[in-house]
Amino acid sequence: MFKKLFLYSLIANFFFAKKIFAAKSGGMPQLDPEFWISQIFWLVLTFGVLYIVLSKLILPKISANLELRKSQIQENIEAAEKQRESSEAKLKEFDGIILKSKIEAKNIFKDSREKVIKNINSKKEILDNQIDDEIKKAEVEIDTLRQSAPEKINKIAVVTSAEILKKLIGAEVNNSSISAIVDDLVKKNGDKYYGH
Amino acid sequence: MAANPMTQFEVYRIGPEIKVGAFDISFTNASLFMVISSLAILIIFNLGSKKNSILPNKIQLLAELSYSFVSKMISDTAGSKAKPYFSFIFSLFMFVLFCNMFGMIPYTFTVTSHIIVTFILAAFIFIGVTVIGFIKHGFGYLKLFVPSGVPIVLLPLIVVIEIISYLSRPISLSVRLFANMMAGHTMMKVFGGFVVSLGIVGGWLPLSFSVALTGLEILVAFLQAYVFAILTCIYLNDALNLHH
Repeated sequence: MFKKLFLYSLIANFFFAKKIFAAKSGGMPQLDPEFWISQIFWLVLTFGVLYIVLSKLILPKISANLELRKSQIQENIEAAEKQRESSEAKLKEFDGIILKSKIEAKNIFKDSREKVIKNINSKKEILDNQIDDEIKKAEVEIDTLRQSAPEKINKIAVVTSAEILKKLIGAEVNNSSISAIVDDLVKKNGDKYYGH
Repeated sequence: MAANPMTQFEVYRIGPEIKVGAFDISFTNASLFMVISSLAILIIFNLGSKKNSILPNKIQLLAELSYSFVSKMISDTAGSKAKPYFSFIFSLFMFVLFCNMFGMIPYTFTVTSHIIVTFILAAFIFIGVTVIGFIKHGFGYLKLFVPSGVPIVLLPLIVVIEIISYLSRPISLSVRLFANMMAGHTMMKVFGGFVVSLGIVGGWLPLSFSVALTGLEILVAFLQAYVFAILTCIYLNDALNLHH
């Protein structure tokens, strides 16, 4: 049902449209010269005022605003650039200082190490020399002791044998004869006893 | 009941009849919308240029964007020599744009839909450009009609064609704007009439058409203002930088 109604109204509409276009062909108000002069007059007046006010008052202000902003932004950019450069230079300087002090610290460390090592070495040498001396002295002492040892032992042997004999026999034995025997024994078996 | 789609273009007097000599310069609805458009432009751009902050507010941004838009358009088409004519082209573009846009509001009057208005603007541009051309180049400006690199045999024909095309500039410029505005508004009126006559049943189709046309017409309103301004720049370019 709606479809039919729609179709009818559409057809009716075409009739209507024909009427509209018929009315349109009746004439364009644009071609009626009645108000042409009035339109020209008011166009010249309004456009003239618009042009004068815009060009004398408003546009120079906008242009100045834009210029000012441009220059200000440019200035800010330049200032920022300058500061960046200076901070970069300072950073470089700072890096240089750190590098320098690092090298210095290294040198100081090296020097003091070398000094300490030298010190230790010299002291060690002195100590070594002293120890060597002591060892030599001790060795000499030991040597002398060792050299004198057989004589002492022989004497002890002679004295003890004399004592033993006295106790066993009850008579005094001549020391010289005992020492002769000991000497003889030493000569025979000295190597075995003292292990030269 | 739908009104004649051409009645929207009718001019009628507002207030008393004013006559200067034999001329009728009464204040009409067309005059009213010329005044409204100019005032709107002046108010918007005055507000936009009042304060100067580094971070512009909305209206200042609007004014400055329009300024740089027109400025770029002129320098792109006519070069740096066209700088003295910036104010004129800016005013022209804004005037046509605002008249077109005010015409898009229902029950208003479209100033630029009248051939006499667009023709006066175009004729002024044409005469101005011609005068500028003769001032800048003297009679050398006539070289515009003699393109280089054309065979001698064809030259008379080419010169005639060039002169005709040059003389038809104001007509094409004015008729383009006038016809676009008139056709668009007539079409919208016709579709609006269809909505009424088809009623609640069938009116939806022309209504949706009407909505789409409104969007299209707003685009056309901007585009025609832009075309009007850019053609002015191109003519100015011919006068300032003689290429032929």
